[in-house]
Amino acid sequence: MLYREAGDFKTSYAKDSQTFPIKLDRVGYWALMAVAFLVVPFFINDYWANAVFVPFLIYVIAALGLNILTGYAGQLSLGTGGFMAVGAYACYKLMTSFPEVSMIIHVLLAGGITALVGVMFGLPSLRIKGFYLAVATLAAQFFLVWLFNKVPWFYNYSASGQINAPERTVFGIIVTGPNTEAWAKYLFCLIFVVVLAWIARNLTRGMAGRKWMAIRDMDIAAEIIGVNPLKAKLTAFAVSSFFVGIAGALFFSIYLGAAEVGEAFGIQKSFLIVFMIIIGGLGSILGSFAGAAFMVLMPVLLKNILVGGMGWPTDLAAHLEFIIVGGLIVIFLIVEPHGLAQLWRLAKEKMRLWPFPH
Amino acid sequence: MTNAATDMNAAPSPDSYVTADGRTIGGVVMEMKNITLRFGGVVAIKDISFDIREGEIRAIIGPNGAGKSSMLNVISGFYKPQEGDVFFHGEKRPLMKPYQVAQQGIARTFQNIALFDGMSVLDNIMTGRLNNMNASLISQAVWWGKAQKEEFENREKVEKVIDFLEIQAIRKTPVGRLPYGLKKRVELARALAAEPTLLLLDEPMAGMNVEEKEDMSRFILDVNDEFGTTIALIEHDMGVVMDLSDRVVVMDYGKKIGDGTPDEVRNNQDVIDAYLGVAHD
Repeated sequence: MLYREAGDFKTSYAKDSQTFPIKLDRVGYWALMAVAFLVVPFFINDYWANAVFVPFLIYVIAALGLNILTGYAGQLSLGTGGFMAVGAYACYKLMTSFPEVSMIIHVLLAGGITALVGVMFGLPSLRIKGFYLAVATLAAQFFLVWLFNKVPWFYNYSASGQINAPERTVFGIIVTGPNTEAWAKYLFCLIFVVVLAWIARNLTRGMAGRKWMAIRDMDIAAEIIGVNPLKAKLTAFAVSSFFVGIAGALFFSIYLGAAEVGEAFGIQKSFLIVFMIIIGGLGSILGSFAGAAFMVLMPVLLKNILVGGMGWPTDLAAHLEFIIVGGLIVIFLIVEPHGLAQLWRLAKEKMRLWPFPH
Repeated sequence: MTNAATDMNAAPSPDSYVTADGRTIGGVVMEMKNITLRFGGVVAIKDISFDIREGEIRAIIGPNGAGKSSMLNVISGFYKPQEGDVFFHGEKRPLMKPYQVAQQGIARTFQNIALFDGMSVLDNIMTGRLNNMNASLISQAVWWGKAQKEEFENREKVEKVIDFLEIQAIRKTPVGRLPYGLKKRVELARALAAEPTLLLLDEPMAGMNVEEKEDMSRFILDVNDEFGTTIALIEHDMGVVMDLSDRVVVMDYGKKIGDGTPDEVRNNQDVIDAYLGVAHD
């Protein structure tokens, strides 16, 4: 009954094109924001930050990035792990070379560097499409991991071959290194997520997003009505890699603290993020959140239920977890191939009619 | 949409004339000179020349496989002819990519609807305005300044096209859910949103029933009449072609076999032979 656009007349094109056209959605959005910024930081502890919130927020950024490239622009990529590695190593080099600079600048620059690398690997997309492009990006994945292993300059010639995040601050607050408070990690990632999600939304509702979707839906028609395919595809690669690079930088510096490239940014990472956007919903901002939540939270939840709640041995629970998560993925894809975002869309359509569906 | 009309008034061509129903036909907008197009050994278009004049409705007809669609693809820059030149507004057109041709003010629709299925009707038509929007990526990312201003200015133009084609009710519907006839209309809307000086229509009435054909014919005539848009169309329905067009080009096996007003073409012996067959004796 409450969930209606009836009576809420749009009197300008600005109002008509807003993100949440229904009032209840807007209220819900601001309430969620208030909880995320004003309530959670006061109650968060190390377990919740490290097991749930921080990985969730970082994977949201990575999923948003890949969703822009694959969901909106239709360019399938399996190189996400490699691009995250670029972000991580760029961030590491910047952190160690310029210790006084704010961490925000480092992370943004790491995103920028990844964007350049992404554009370079996006060049073949003008000639090759679909699965063949996926294979080309797979080459990027393996090449980048190999590069960061092979060239000692990238890990500052450390004996272990690992990179370790030194202590760095934002406005005097420690955000990296072992002495970081849980709330600082959480808030630092949350700010990036909110700003980047807002940017992703703006780009996809405007002309840039329309060009990407035109290329995705019918590339020849797009070109004939005036889309420059090279430019549209490369901007998609650039924006996507910018997001993924930031995710990689945060993943290394805030979440892991220390990373070895093959371990942290291998091919499994690429697939994990592809699964996230497929389960969440291709071409949907909300889907990136839903997919990341599903893939990050489901294992944690299962572990808590099986080990904590039912007292099963950890190794048995760990294997069962794989089976259950895998099964759930298959079930979701059969029930709703367009992902969790589509389920939400359908639920909303039903809610608008409730309780008088006829 | 006003551009074409004002241009026409500003520079009346010496050889312009007024049709029986009171429309002014101006000088030559587009001229195809000795176009030959080959795909390997197959000659799709053989040495064809014709012109399109400002403000007219020009039809290209012919039996299946005559090379009509190939001709349209040459005009829109999708195929590059091996021989011959294309003159647009009196200037020889260099080799161009299709998107560059679109930027020159040539818009088109497709024989098999080529809409973007994942987008709403409104977004589909908005893509037609992309040549008029050039806000930077940064401005679009923060949804501020030029990007926002442009978006709403162009939205207003798009709404006019939506009103004109009477598709207000389906504005927010995903294109994939629409029936065939409406899709055709949305595609026309997308082409019109670009405010083209030359509009190419590839079989705008294919697969339509009589009523839908009448609607579409009315829209085509209205576009030509109200906005002064030059139209080149391919169509199989002879009744429609003869009623709508000012001049007709007839093609058969890649060659031009007739060119002139509908009446001239109807009485052309070669055309009759191509359509009805010739008795061999």
